[in-house]
Amino acid sequence: MRIAKRSELSGNQIALVRLAAVFGALVFGGLFLIVLGENPITIYISMVKGGLGSFFRFRETVNIAIPLLITSLGVMIAFKMRFWNIGAEGQIFMGAFAATYLALNFSDLPKPLLLMMMGTASMVMGGIWLVVPAWFKARFGTNETLFTLMLNYIALRWVTYLQYSLWKDPNAMGFPKIASFGQNALLPKVFDIHIGWIIALVLIYAIYVYLNHTKTGYEIMVIGESEDTARYAGIDIKRVILKTMFLSGAVCGLVGMIQASGISGTLSVDLTGGVGFTAIITAWLSGLNPVMVGVVSFLFAMLRQGGSFIQTAYQIPASAAEILQALILFFVLASEFFLRYKVVLFKKKGRGI
Amino acid sequence: MNVISFLSAVVQAGTPLLFATVGEIFSQKVGNLNLGLEGMMLMGAVTGFAVGYGSANPILALLGAALAGMIGALVYAFITITLKGNQEVTGLTLTIFGTGYASFVGSSYVGYKLPENVTEAFAKVSFPVLSEIPVIGDIFFKQSVLVYFSYACVVFLGILLYKTKYGLNLRMVGENPAAADASGISVSRYKYFYVLLGGAMSGIGGAFLSLAYIPVWQENITAGKGWIAVALVIFAVWNPYRAVAGAYFFGGLDIIGFRLQKFSLPIPIYIINMLPYVATILVLVLMSIRKSKENKAPSSIGRAYFREER
Repeated sequence: MRIAKRSELSGNQIALVRLAAVFGALVFGGLFLIVLGENPITIYISMVKGGLGSFFRFRETVNIAIPLLITSLGVMIAFKMRFWNIGAEGQIFMGAFAATYLALNFSDLPKPLLLMMMGTASMVMGGIWLVVPAWFKARFGTNETLFTLMLNYIALRWVTYLQYSLWKDPNAMGFPKIASFGQNALLPKVFDIHIGWIIALVLIYAIYVYLNHTKTGYEIMVIGESEDTARYAGIDIKRVILKTMFLSGAVCGLVGMIQASGISGTLSVDLTGGVGFTAIITAWLSGLNPVMVGVVSFLFAMLRQGGSFIQTAYQIPASAAEILQALILFFVLASEFFLRYKVVLFKKKGRGI
Repeated sequence: MNVISFLSAVVQAGTPLLFATVGEIFSQKVGNLNLGLEGMMLMGAVTGFAVGYGSANPILALLGAALAGMIGALVYAFITITLKGNQEVTGLTLTIFGTGYASFVGSSYVGYKLPENVTEAFAKVSFPVLSEIPVIGDIFFKQSVLVYFSYACVVFLGILLYKTKYGLNLRMVGENPAAADASGISVSRYKYFYVLLGGAMSGIGGAFLSLAYIPVWQENITAGKGWIAVALVIFAVWNPYRAVAGAYFFGGLDIIGFRLQKFSLPIPIYIINMLPYVATILVLVLMSIRKSKENKAPSSIGRAYFREER
């Protein structure tokens, strides 16, 4: 048996391999459930029901999907350039921090103006939070994976400080929380879901166009494929890195504003719910394609919402959904082998092909 | 503040980092950047705790932890070595998996305490003779057996790496796998072996937290230590001896906030708690600025080896 490179597969074949991988992960997860003494089919069905079964649950699923989708788009832009932005958690926190500052201090401004300012501030802040490591990466080659990750912890400590000390609401009777936003700082709703979903759809389109139909989008792709080629082609790599990373961080920062203003109505240490990490999975699973990001994020949100449903229904910890998500990605990562290589079996007489 | 008791606590706080860092050094030395340390540490921590709680047997607990870390590493190794998958994303996925696994298994243990004979087995004991040495004995040789085990690991693995044929071979696998392959070294076998070793050490590092350091189970017990360990590998320039200094330095930063709490400082405690992370960034930046030949990562790191593609 030997391994050989394979020529490019068609889009359909790629999709088929991916689907097979997801199926494999579900089967594997099912075996795990059998070990726990549960019927995997019942559990999977109730997870879907838990995610979509009623308007209330559907709305919850969409509410989970919105931040996941937008964050995935944000990290995806960075991944296109092979820049491992795993600092989305921090960018979300810092974006929310900037938006919260405005919401608490300028609550008298007219609603559209205040929301616009909050959105802009969150994007600038999130962008800065990623441009700093990007600059060091571009200038000195500093490892961006660890840099962005450490910035997550710093942002979390910072928000902890705000919540437990600096911005602690004196009217909360000693309970450590930041004051709730006024009416003018809350996102309006359309069809009973905050308008984050419209922002998400617009961003899918905008980022699709940006990556596929603009000069910078092309440059990003070239840098991601090969930095040497990009340099040879005369692309100003440093400028493209900084610009793209600002954009990536800004998109993640906006998630902070949306969560604070659309969901919790304030800033807290629980704001992100780990979305910055799940977004890495969804971005990769979708093959770094903005439209697929939308689909995968929605499915993952369903899984997550279904996960909390089975927790109450079957006393299976909600983290089972998290394990299942990681399993799916493991299987997809493994399946990529079959997209790039094929296994050739030697004939018995050793007449290799 | 008593300086000796502080330094002794520093050694304790640095030990989980030391295990994980040394393990990761070997994984990277054979060319595999494993970003799953945090996940493997968590898997080790929770498995060690669960086994220790269930069996009341300290040795089984430790073996369970090492095995859990190795299983995590095995999944990573299979995808990145045999299937030549992307190392960064696979490692990240391993961390996400490990976090989920730890919170899944750990959800039924939150707040539970280990049986006494387990905690006693990992409690501090004076090392014969050496603990008599003034100052040094108090700092380094009145510790848990796991701390002594970490010293032994560093010395043993340091000798293995620099003084034996196997060490030469494993460095060759990381620097130039094609040359290693040509000279008859089984590249995959070396990679698997040391990636799994890294997993076992991370698992033990995690178990140190749950068995010896904080013997009550709590969610997210590692709090980013696995990531700091990845950064420490760069800080230690892939040298297990230098990892010792790095691990204790960061162990110190980790506990200094807590120790300073009793003094009324002008800086809020929340800001002091950022120190290990800020220091990690400083280390990363400084190491990348002063790039020299010896400071470089093993040159095949991050890339899968495919014989027909050299």
